[in-house]
Amino acid sequence: MNSIIEGFLKAFSLIYNLDQELLGIIFLSLEVSGTALMISSIIGVPVGTVIGLKKFPGRGFIITLLNTFMGLPPVVVGLFVYLLLSRSGPLGFMGLLYTPSAMVTAQTILAFPIVASLCHSAIVTVDPIIGLAAITLGATPYQKAITIVKEARYGILSGIIAGFGRVMAEVGAILIVGGNIAGYTRVMTTTIALETDKGNFELALALGIILLIISLTINIVLHVIQRKGTLKTGK
Amino acid sequence: MSLELVVSNIFKKYNGEPLLNDCSFSFNKSGTYVLTGPNGSGKSTFLRICSLLEEPDKGEVNFYSEGVLVKKDIELKRRITLLLPKIGVFNTTVFKNVSYGLKIRNLKVGEIEKRVNSALDFVGLRNKKTQKALTLSSGETQRLGIARALVIDPELIFLDEPTASVDQKNTEIIEDIILKMKNDGKSTVVITTHDMAQAERLADKLLVLKNGKLAEKVK
Repeated sequence: MNSIIEGFLKAFSLIYNLDQELLGIIFLSLEVSGTALMISSIIGVPVGTVIGLKKFPGRGFIITLLNTFMGLPPVVVGLFVYLLLSRSGPLGFMGLLYTPSAMVTAQTILAFPIVASLCHSAIVTVDPIIGLAAITLGATPYQKAITIVKEARYGILSGIIAGFGRVMAEVGAILIVGGNIAGYTRVMTTTIALETDKGNFELALALGIILLIISLTINIVLHVIQRKGTLKTGK
Repeated sequence: MSLELVVSNIFKKYNGEPLLNDCSFSFNKSGTYVLTGPNGSGKSTFLRICSLLEEPDKGEVNFYSEGVLVKKDIELKRRITLLLPKIGVFNTTVFKNVSYGLKIRNLKVGEIEKRVNSALDFVGLRNKKTQKALTLSSGETQRLGIARALVIDPELIFLDEPTASVDQKNTEIIEDIILKMKNDGKSTVVITTHDMAQAERLADKLLVLKNGKLAEKVK
């Protein structure tokens, strides 16, 4: 029990003193996950929007595929990206394995289905009367689509934040493709796993606390956004 | 009125049953036309067809400007508007709801501000301009819909049961707004209602839709 309390005290001391190693790991985590989220949003939001607004052959299959990929096991994604980027793999010539870019790639694959699928859900739950109202006021089909996307903004934002939550907490994929190299590809979750193995609980605990604070912040933001979205009553 | 609407031999089925059965009419004079009929008689469908929101199964809807047939493109659609019974409030402020139709027409900010203020004054909602539109009462929501439709200066405006879901006080306010529109004479107004007394109060021309047939009733 004393060692746990001691671990917590040392962890708080690391946070309070803004330990350089700790800060480096946090910034790298945010950079990798932030970049992955940005890329998955740039691709995922338009994909989710098109699937939500347009009817085309194969649409149902794509929706099922996206929903299935929402629960992709990170180690499987890690393995897949590893095979692609390893020296003997099709993209091995790029020399990306064990770099932050490889981690961004893996996390993008994990976040994309979440962003796209939740964006699609947000679009299809917009009351059809909104599209009709836009048309009666003289909107072109493109302007009508933009109006529907605007109405779905809170749901779309929730999807993006959910994607961020997923990649921030992920460990399996980035451990495989990043290699957990100190000062280069070591992020919060991989550090926690490594330091726990080594019995260095103070750094693991400090990062665990930061991760929990980030998770709490994400959930508070999500809650606020969802409350704003519930104003939609379809009058 | 420069835009004339001619509806010729319209047929429309709903769930396999004939709803509109050879309906024809010319809306060729400024004023207020009121379309009455029992619930389910096809009033809303008729209005949706007239406003190009729905296609008839058979028959034609044509618009003429000074005797010349007008092409049914976005330009024509921007000269007419339909206020649905559930208006479709955008999740934003009252001002932004009303300015929607002007923004999509790329009008200048100053012009938008002026016209929106004028439309809000017309329906008595100027004091609610910055309020979230979804927090308005049902009567105010209906008035917001009228302002949103009027601000774009339509030549033909269709109002589908504008007082169906509002209280007596708001019904009177909305009727006053419609009478003001009638006096302004800027647009031709076509209203549906199942309230005969209201129809008598508002109509220049009274139309009755019954058993799929449309007929003009002499007041």
